[in-house]
Amino acid sequence: MRPADGYAGVPRWVAAVAVVGALFVLLPLAAMVTRVNWGQFVPLVTSEASVAALLLSLRTSLAATVLCIVFGVPMALVLARSAFRGQKILRSLVLLPLVLPPVVGGIALLYTFGRRGLIGQPLEAFGVSIAFSTTAVVLAQTFVALPFLVLSLEGALRTVGTRYEAVGATLGARPTTVLRRITLPLVLPALVSGSVLSFARALGEFGATLTFAGSLQGTTRTLPLEIYLQRETSPDTAVALSLVLVVVAVVVVSIAHQAGSTKYLRGAL
Amino acid sequence: MTFSFSAAVAERGFEVALSVAPGETVAILGPNGAGKSTLLGLTAGLLRADSGRAVLDDTVLFDSVGGSFTPPHRRGVSLLAQEPLLFPHLSALENVAFGPRSAGVPRAAARATARHWLAEVEALDLADRRPAQLSGGQAQRVAVARALASDPKLLLLDEPMAALDVSVAPALRRMLRRVLAGRTVLIVTHDILDAFTLADRVVVLDGGRIVDQGPTREVLERPRSAFTAGLAALNLLVGVRSQRGIRLADGSEISGASDLVVGASAAAAVRPSAVRVSLDEPAAANRLRGEVLDLEPRGDLVRVRSDRLAADLAPALVADLDLAPGAAVWFAFDESDVSVYAG
Repeated sequence: MRPADGYAGVPRWVAAVAVVGALFVLLPLAAMVTRVNWGQFVPLVTSEASVAALLLSLRTSLAATVLCIVFGVPMALVLARSAFRGQKILRSLVLLPLVLPPVVGGIALLYTFGRRGLIGQPLEAFGVSIAFSTTAVVLAQTFVALPFLVLSLEGALRTVGTRYEAVGATLGARPTTVLRRITLPLVLPALVSGSVLSFARALGEFGATLTFAGSLQGTTRTLPLEIYLQRETSPDTAVALSLVLVVVAVVVVSIAHQAGSTKYLRGAL
Repeated sequence: MTFSFSAAVAERGFEVALSVAPGETVAILGPNGAGKSTLLGLTAGLLRADSGRAVLDDTVLFDSVGGSFTPPHRRGVSLLAQEPLLFPHLSALENVAFGPRSAGVPRAAARATARHWLAEVEALDLADRRPAQLSGGQAQRVAVARALASDPKLLLLDEPMAALDVSVAPALRRMLRRVLAGRTVLIVTHDILDAFTLADRVVVLDGGRIVDQGPTREVLERPRSAFTAGLAALNLLVGVRSQRGIRLADGSEISGASDLVVGASAAAAVRPSAVRVSLDEPAAANRLRGEVLDLEPRGDLVRVRSDRLAADLAPALVADLDLAPGAAVWFAFDESDVSVYAG
């Protein structure tokens, strides 16, 4: 192995353990690829159920990502830029879905937006029913994906600091102008990579969706749910669709990686 | 553009009152932690005072009685820091146009204003560059243009030359001298040259209080605080006016002419170049005993420092006297080299 540049003090045994770790991640993927029925691959992933699940997944994940941006950006700003009593506790609570089992999240959502839920019941009176609908899928995905965006954006906001914003204010810019023309452009790479991560998390959502939204083909049965169901009846379809999700995930991760290294920020911070 | 300011911040031990006349440039001098940055932060609206009041023209910046506080963007106070802090995602031109744009000026007009100010600071050729492509001196020029383009009623400069190479500072200082003429400016600096070339008046802060202030030349030639004396490279001796001159705290007396009344508190300033050093007690009337603390080369002279006095000597003389830290010596100077004034 050649060190990246200059001295790199990585002991050989550390590298060996790292290789084992990497294999642990890559080997299952390779094992899955060996099981793909290539002859039937195209028909399998283009079947009516598969296409419906894929399109539903993409649509709901995009909607969830938009919701994450709409609510996550203000949340990250408040957490990073203001100080108030109980802020630390609020921060931990907001990030809770990150460590919560998704099934638990689904149950919590059910008791909030479900037919007999805290908000669901009054909404029902207006004829609005959320549980077991596509809206429920989007809500479940937003619930689990929101912390990813908040976390990465808050970190970036703290790193960038408030000095540019202070300069902007003394130049006569209103807080909204400062936000639009200084703060957001400065954290744009983190906003993009955070959004991509949220999208990826939403795309992979399973537990909360199944609990809160159920599994109706074309309405709430997203790709992960379809894969889980097909595993029983048609393992070949499950493997083929899994490969599709792996490819989408790889693309997403590389986009997030690219966005994380934006030229103009180098040397400026 | 009259600026009057009076504020206290208990946490920082800061209590300062000052005012700046229209078109006046005031230099704020003082050691680190003296409260210079606090003064600028309070004026720009980036910090809040515990008590006090500041008014710029008809705008009340803050007033603890009644609790009014004008946010930074409505103060007409622009702050230029040590580092240029150009917005990294905007070109030099867009950086300078930021202020006018924020004030609601249409894009084309804002760019025209930006070009005008870039030309003023001799940086028009840098208009299309990104901040990352600018050297420190170029970036600071653009930052000056940006601060001026927002048309501030009061301009705050926080050690604008401190982060620059010694080789580019003189050109920037000349440029500042030109563009600051006729403006109301507060400039924080460590550099006596800035005070002399840019300021009409200096205010010396120490420990959050004003310890010395007045017209630049007067303050620096007749310092009242040890910090100012050090800055002006003068020896400062403080005591009370006596028959012959000034009596110091330890009872020794220095001769020097002054029209102060006997008994008044007084200060005496002596240039290090006028101080002589000898091993034997000299015949001169003005002599003080001292122990050498350190020796520091300064150009073609060596500065010999004791706890009270410093003397600039030729290196050969330092060698002849075999001076080293700890050596007991006599310092002497002529009466005509002493300036005695009110302390």
